[in-house]
Amino acid sequence: MGEGFHPTTADELEAVVKWASAERTPLEVIGSGSKCNWGRAVQSAHTLRVDGISGVIDYEPAELVLTVKAGTPLTDVQTLLKEHNQELPFEPADLSAVLGGPNQAGTIGGVLATNLSGPRRLKAGAARDHVLGLEAVSGRGEIFKAGGRVVKNVTGYDLSRGFCSSWGTLAVATSFSIKVLPRAAKECTFVLLGLTPQEASSAMSEAMGSSAEVSSAAHLPKGFCPLSQEHSITLLRLEGIPVSIDYRLNKLRSILKRFPSQELIEGQASRKTWGDLRDLIPFAGSDKPLWKLSVSPTAGQQMIAELEKRFAIRWMMDWAGGLVWVEMQGEEPHDVPLRRLIAENGGGHATLLRASAELRTSVDVFQPLPETLMGLSKRLKAQFDPHNILNPGRMYAGI
Amino acid sequence: MAAIAMPKPSQETLKKRSKIVADLQKIVRGEGVICDEIEMRPYETDALTAYRQLPLVVVLPETVDQVSQVLKYCYDNDVKVVPRGAGTSLSGGALPLEDGVLLSMMKFNRILEIDLENRAVVTQPGVTNLGITTAVQQDGFYYAPDPSSQIACSIGGNIAENSGGVHSLKYGLTTNNLLGLEIVLITGEVIRLGGKHLDSEAYDLMALLTGSEGLLAVVTEVTVRVLQKPETARAALIGFPTSEEAGKCVAEIIGAGIIPGGMELMDKLAIDAAEDFVHAGYPLDVDALMIVELDGPEAEVDDLLKRVSAIAEKNGSSYLRVSQSEEERNTFWAGRKAAFPAVGRISPDYLCMDGTIPRAALPQVLQEMQELSEKHGLRVANVFHAGDGNLHPLILYDANKPGELAAAEAFGADILRLCVKVGGVLTGEHGVGIEKRDLMPEMYSEDDLKQQQRVKCAFDEKQLLNPGKMFPVLHRCAELGFMHVHQGQLPFPDIPRF
Ligand SMILES: Cc1cc2nc3c(=O)[nH]c(=O)nc-3n(C[C@H](O)[C@H](O)[C@H](O)COP(=O)(O)OP(=O)(O)OC[C@H]3O[C@@H](n4cnc5c(N)ncnc54)[C@H](O)[C@@H]3O)c2cc1C
Ligand SMILES: Cc1cc2nc3c(=O)[nH]c(=O)nc-3n(C[C@H](O)[C@H](O)[C@H](O)COP(=O)(O)OP(=O)(O)OC[C@H]3O[C@@H](n4cnc5c(N)ncnc54)[C@H](O)[C@@H]3O)c2cc1C
Repeated sequence: MGEGFHPTTADELEAVVKWASAERTPLEVIGSGSKCNWGRAVQSAHTLRVDGISGVIDYEPAELVLTVKAGTPLTDVQTLLKEHNQELPFEPADLSAVLGGPNQAGTIGGVLATNLSGPRRLKAGAARDHVLGLEAVSGRGEIFKAGGRVVKNVTGYDLSRGFCSSWGTLAVATSFSIKVLPRAAKECTFVLLGLTPQEASSAMSEAMGSSAEVSSAAHLPKGFCPLSQEHSITLLRLEGIPVSIDYRLNKLRSILKRFPSQELIEGQASRKTWGDLRDLIPFAGSDKPLWKLSVSPTAGQQMIAELEKRFAIRWMMDWAGGLVWVEMQGEEPHDVPLRRLIAENGGGHATLLRASAELRTSVDVFQPLPETLMGLSKRLKAQFDPHNILNPGRMYAGI
Repeated sequence: MAAIAMPKPSQETLKKRSKIVADLQKIVRGEGVICDEIEMRPYETDALTAYRQLPLVVVLPETVDQVSQVLKYCYDNDVKVVPRGAGTSLSGGALPLEDGVLLSMMKFNRILEIDLENRAVVTQPGVTNLGITTAVQQDGFYYAPDPSSQIACSIGGNIAENSGGVHSLKYGLTTNNLLGLEIVLITGEVIRLGGKHLDSEAYDLMALLTGSEGLLAVVTEVTVRVLQKPETARAALIGFPTSEEAGKCVAEIIGAGIIPGGMELMDKLAIDAAEDFVHAGYPLDVDALMIVELDGPEAEVDDLLKRVSAIAEKNGSSYLRVSQSEEERNTFWAGRKAAFPAVGRISPDYLCMDGTIPRAALPQVLQEMQELSEKHGLRVANVFHAGDGNLHPLILYDANKPGELAAAEAFGADILRLCVKVGGVLTGEHGVGIEKRDLMPEMYSEDDLKQQQRVKCAFDEKQLLNPGKMFPVLHRCAELGFMHVHQGQLPFPDIPRF
């Protein structure tokens, strides 16, 4: 049984990593450990928990910048921002419903290390787009900082964004500066009923290409969840000040008038709808393999059409079609055909979000990389973590 | 000419020059290799014109395969390479090296695909920033990051500098509008990252490449996101008796939850120069002039303009005019956009600085900058992207007066130190290049800088791409890889366990 380190300061954390680096003994890095069931299983002797390094360092609402320690619970961050009528614009998900584990347990470090972004990513950008600065301990056991507390900054390489989606394999973050934004005064969701995936795709594409400033766009097939019990539904979210929303709603009504079956979800109900989609509630209560497909938005419906021909699936489209969640009803590995279809439909990538431990060890959880890119990624890993002690093997063999 | 220490030229490379030229001519035939001194002159500097250096040879490839072969050749023969776009860098990023190939990407000048259904444009890197907007504007779209140099600068250069513009406050910088890249490493390997999908796979290498100033790889293809043009845009011209009041107004607008499409400030010297140059109708009896642009549906714009006006009034504004037509809005901007050349008319030379500060520090920084101006005996005009705290102090000097350039550079360095002191950074959008290279330790510790340089080692172990830029001290990669070995005992029994 290895040690379970629980440092409470950046210096303590540095000491642990320094030691592990000298010993060449691997550490599994966890925020609160809420996502241990995601990614590849890590082979490590010891565990390093970051949620002891917690708390707000600096928050100046008028600057729209929050500086916070990496192990701070996401819920604390969200509560604080809400008090000042602000929010994390990329709306990270609470994936406990699909991944198991306690809910509301994630840390801000876990969110950024996985670049977790919700439906509003379509308009507001991903988690990585909001990171301004980073302090971290590299796998060499050295504290370094990058970026700063201001939005415009090109002083040196952008290691802060580079940290995002590194899954704790390059460095362990101890604090971040993050750009936050005011919460919208109002939101509502314009709904189209009964569209085919192709129709939904073109409706979403038209809406996104208009000046209606749609902030989220999703499509759920008929029978997929309670909301879409009787018809498929296509959801277009509008946020902003009331006069603006009214105007943009009319705009959507008119450009999409060829789809006459229209409805409106307002206020709290709209918020709940997007919250449920963000947290993947429709896929809860199952342990079937769940894949996240990132493709060009118009390719989403093509992927679905092709997949439905071959497999039994449950699915939904978010990000105007650019994000397709697919739950495979069969147990056999689907990684190869899924990725081939993506390559044939304009490219993108597939990540296995939920699966049995067995399946996760037998398929590539993350998109396999071409040789040259894999080589570069390994060299980058080696420059941060030369002895491969941080989450070895979490993303790829050797990374 | 000003002096800054550049890496020592390799005598071996200089000696082999004619062979290198002949070899490169085999890869890029015809006029794509320039070795005549007069023809190389236009490449000897970028927009930081105080620094000049003729390159070893200029190469203008036309295909990705040629780029790959040229780079592989240089890699195999240990020849340095400086990538170049349109040469509008203000930090000397594209300054040639005596023993380096200057690789101009300006023949990569075609837009490859316009895919409005996916709101994406695929383009070669030599296309100008404005060229992308021009290609999609008949359909109501535009490319949001809009550096003032947008008619000239290339999208490849924008990637290398992570350029921003007036509209970055609301719509983000280059990094936030980038979907995909094709890059060529110094080894000649071609790598594709991202595409038309929203998040790239595995490590976010696009994040590292954006703003990497040509030190990591050569960009040969770019996919950017384009947006639908807002239906309405109106601007307000707001004057204040002092910069301090203007600074407070900026903070209060943002604090009220309003994110304008653009929010710019100019000080007295800049206002006067701009007005004199373009006759934009700016008031001359104010000390600070703000341009706030609101965009979106008309009803929203009207509503927000009312709120902005009220905030301005509360903060002591003495002048307010709201644009009533597209023509008037453009006139408001004309003065701001011409501010650099306008200042160029009132002084033989100027140095453009580019620090960013937390917005709240604006009044303090303006005050201290005035004191520095007196100390160095040089005037400074200020234009800034106030919304995101990005300052552009223009230091006025005369290069023909002995010592003035040195004084201007010392003044500039003091301003940047001031930015760092108040919690800001050395450069918001112009890049480090050679200009701010030696100030990097003001902001970063040695460990910080070494970790950055290790990223370079992952891409370019021999350090052949654009060496001498960004980092004050060049460490060899082997040296950067060295690690102190500690005793293996757990030396910290006090660290909590769970
Ligand atoms: C209100 C709310 C509640 C949530 N509750 C849950 C929940 O209960 N369960 C759940 O699965 N998700 C939950 N989430 C989502 C959760 O925040 C993200 O899934 C997050 O990525 C998990 O954070 P974690 O700290 O548990 O990360 P972990 O699961 O511990 O780690 C995820 C990955 O990030 C790496 N990592 C974590 N911290 C760092 C760091 N400081 N530096 C470097 N790498 C690091 C880990 O090594 C790992 O690879 C919630 C989100 C919200 C909005
Ligand atoms: C009057 C004026 C106004 C300006 N206003 C702004 C402004 O508002 N905002 C702003 O951000 N900047 C501004 N700039 C600075 C400049 O225009 C930008 O930095 C621009 O992005 C540089 O592009 P370029 O094509 O001219 O690149 P260059 O000057 O040729 O090169 C800049 C750097 O990019 C690298 N590079 C170029 N092309 C490639 C490639 N294909 N692959 C790899 N590396 C490459 C070079 O090696 C160099 O390090 C302004 C400059 C001027 C002269």
